[in-house]
Amino acid sequence: MPLKKDEWLALEKKAFELRNLCLDTTYWAGSGHIGGGMSVMDMMTVLYHKYMRLDKNNPNWEDRDRFVMSKGHAGIAYAPVLVDFGFNDPEQLKTFNLTNSKMGIHLDANKVVGVDASTGSLGHGMSLAAGMALAARMKGKDYKTYCILGDGECDEGSNWEAAMTIAHYKITNLICFVDRNKCMIDGRTEDVMKLEPFCDKWRAFGFEVKDIDGNNISELCDAIDEALANTGDKPYMIVANTLKGCCIDFMEDDYHWHYGALNEEKYEQAKKSLEAAYKKRCERAQKEGL
Amino acid sequence: MAGGLTYTAVESTALSTAEYYGKALVELGEQHDDVVALTADLGKSTKIGMFQEHFPDRFFNVGIAEQNMFGVAAGMAKAGMVPFLSTFSVFASLRSADQLHTDICYQNVNAKIIATHSGTSFGQAGSTHHAICDMAVVRSMPNITLICPADGMETVNAVRAAYENPGPYYIRINRGFDRVLNSSTDYGFEVGKAIELHEGTDITVIACGSCAFQALQAANFLENADGLKVRVLNMHTIKPLDKEAVVKAIGDTRRIITVEDHNVIGGLGSAVAEVVAETGKGCAFKRLGIQDQFAPIGLHEDIMSILGIDSNGIIAAVRETMKADFELDDDWDDET
Repeated sequence: MPLKKDEWLALEKKAFELRNLCLDTTYWAGSGHIGGGMSVMDMMTVLYHKYMRLDKNNPNWEDRDRFVMSKGHAGIAYAPVLVDFGFNDPEQLKTFNLTNSKMGIHLDANKVVGVDASTGSLGHGMSLAAGMALAARMKGKDYKTYCILGDGECDEGSNWEAAMTIAHYKITNLICFVDRNKCMIDGRTEDVMKLEPFCDKWRAFGFEVKDIDGNNISELCDAIDEALANTGDKPYMIVANTLKGCCIDFMEDDYHWHYGALNEEKYEQAKKSLEAAYKKRCERAQKEGL
Repeated sequence: MAGGLTYTAVESTALSTAEYYGKALVELGEQHDDVVALTADLGKSTKIGMFQEHFPDRFFNVGIAEQNMFGVAAGMAKAGMVPFLSTFSVFASLRSADQLHTDICYQNVNAKIIATHSGTSFGQAGSTHHAICDMAVVRSMPNITLICPADGMETVNAVRAAYENPGPYYIRINRGFDRVLNSSTDYGFEVGKAIELHEGTDITVIACGSCAFQALQAANFLENADGLKVRVLNMHTIKPLDKEAVVKAIGDTRRIITVEDHNVIGGLGSAVAEVVAETGKGCAFKRLGIQDQFAPIGLHEDIMSILGIDSNGIIAAVRETMKADFELDDDWDDET
């Protein structure tokens, strides 16, 4: 079911603000994993601003929902989200990647407030998230754990070890996503290492799979609502089909923007493109929202 | 470290080292609700399966998937549990090295790796199952404590210490039975503090794991046969190393031999050599262990003999090292 217009528009506004902050951070840092940062931002927006149970005044609250950014190189998106949420000083974004900064490409859970797991080496996040979810089960806690993987990351065999464990132990208090932007460093995923039939693979590993538009906030919420209402034994995998560089016209669907630099001209161009994309997205929310 | 776990004299020779570990872990599980155990299809072999019999809800066999096991354990630790993980040392240190490095050491989580079948103790399985570089790998990772217990009682002490002290622990124990060095757990075990098994002023043998017993036997023999006073240190903790004991040994005996069931590169011998070199003091020095080669197939005691890390090998090395020449004066300044 589509989101109500007001909520949809509010989430679009937040996603727009966070994408802006991600662009700013990339500009301040000189460069960054901007393509994957833009593709994942709608997932981050709905998790942090609709679903996750967090206490702004107590980031280490024992009963908080957990989040694992398995595609750890998306720190350029994750850090702005945590700063905007109020967990970290906004000035820190201006030091991103600089010597002795608390924030760098891959966020360190022991340095950045609100990060539940240090990631960066790919193929680790699902296992970490499974451990957090199993701990909730053992401790009788009702918190949820969310984990976002990159699609290129799914080449790593360790993900499939984790997938077997999650299905075997029926870890349904964990919801996983793949940011399926179909691009990785050296090219398109299907050219570098074929992933398709991707959804079938997750199904074969015992997951209930939602195959959605991951840059559509309403579709994301619909999928998460269904996963949260899960009373069965199967864990949920939300395959979020996204666009690399989403909302920035000269980056969209171009694997060369896996990691890139923004000079002043490109930065201004990106900002204008984002503004235009935001307008279109709001029109869609107005039209399709309830 | 007096504890509740006691053994009869019969048990102390009838239990394998891993069985001591299993009993100690069950005891911890009874005392603490946050202890959880994980294995990768080696519950029986590593004896972590003893925990499963008592606490099935706190035991997870993740199948033959070591990388995943380390990640799951790190996640559990992040959420307040105290996971104990067991697989063979060769897999714990190599197959899942990335997860050990990033998920456990970098995040500095409270996870305890009890790695069995260390060194050449699974001798007949060949080099795919010998752990000859695990200490080198683990020692170079920040935040982790590395212990190589000499026998079953020391394993119990190490496992208890691992629970009591926060942060990552890697404890490497042998497959099968170790010669008994300690008849109880009450002998003053302390993480990071070497234990003097035999007094001596002529030469110091620094050993860990099953080599500690062999070193003690060698010292007793050399005292009777050659009149040599061999100091024997059981250096159960490889990291943090008891540097004070090494420096004292240099000053008191000026001859040091290290003995380990591990490659001489990167393990106990290297750790002691680093201390010796940094003191700038003259000291005859020799490393016994696996001489940068893959070990043969065979019974553990036979392999130890072939490698020269049994009592006979240590006796020969001591006699050789006693011939080493160095300045006999007490003027250290001209050597620094």
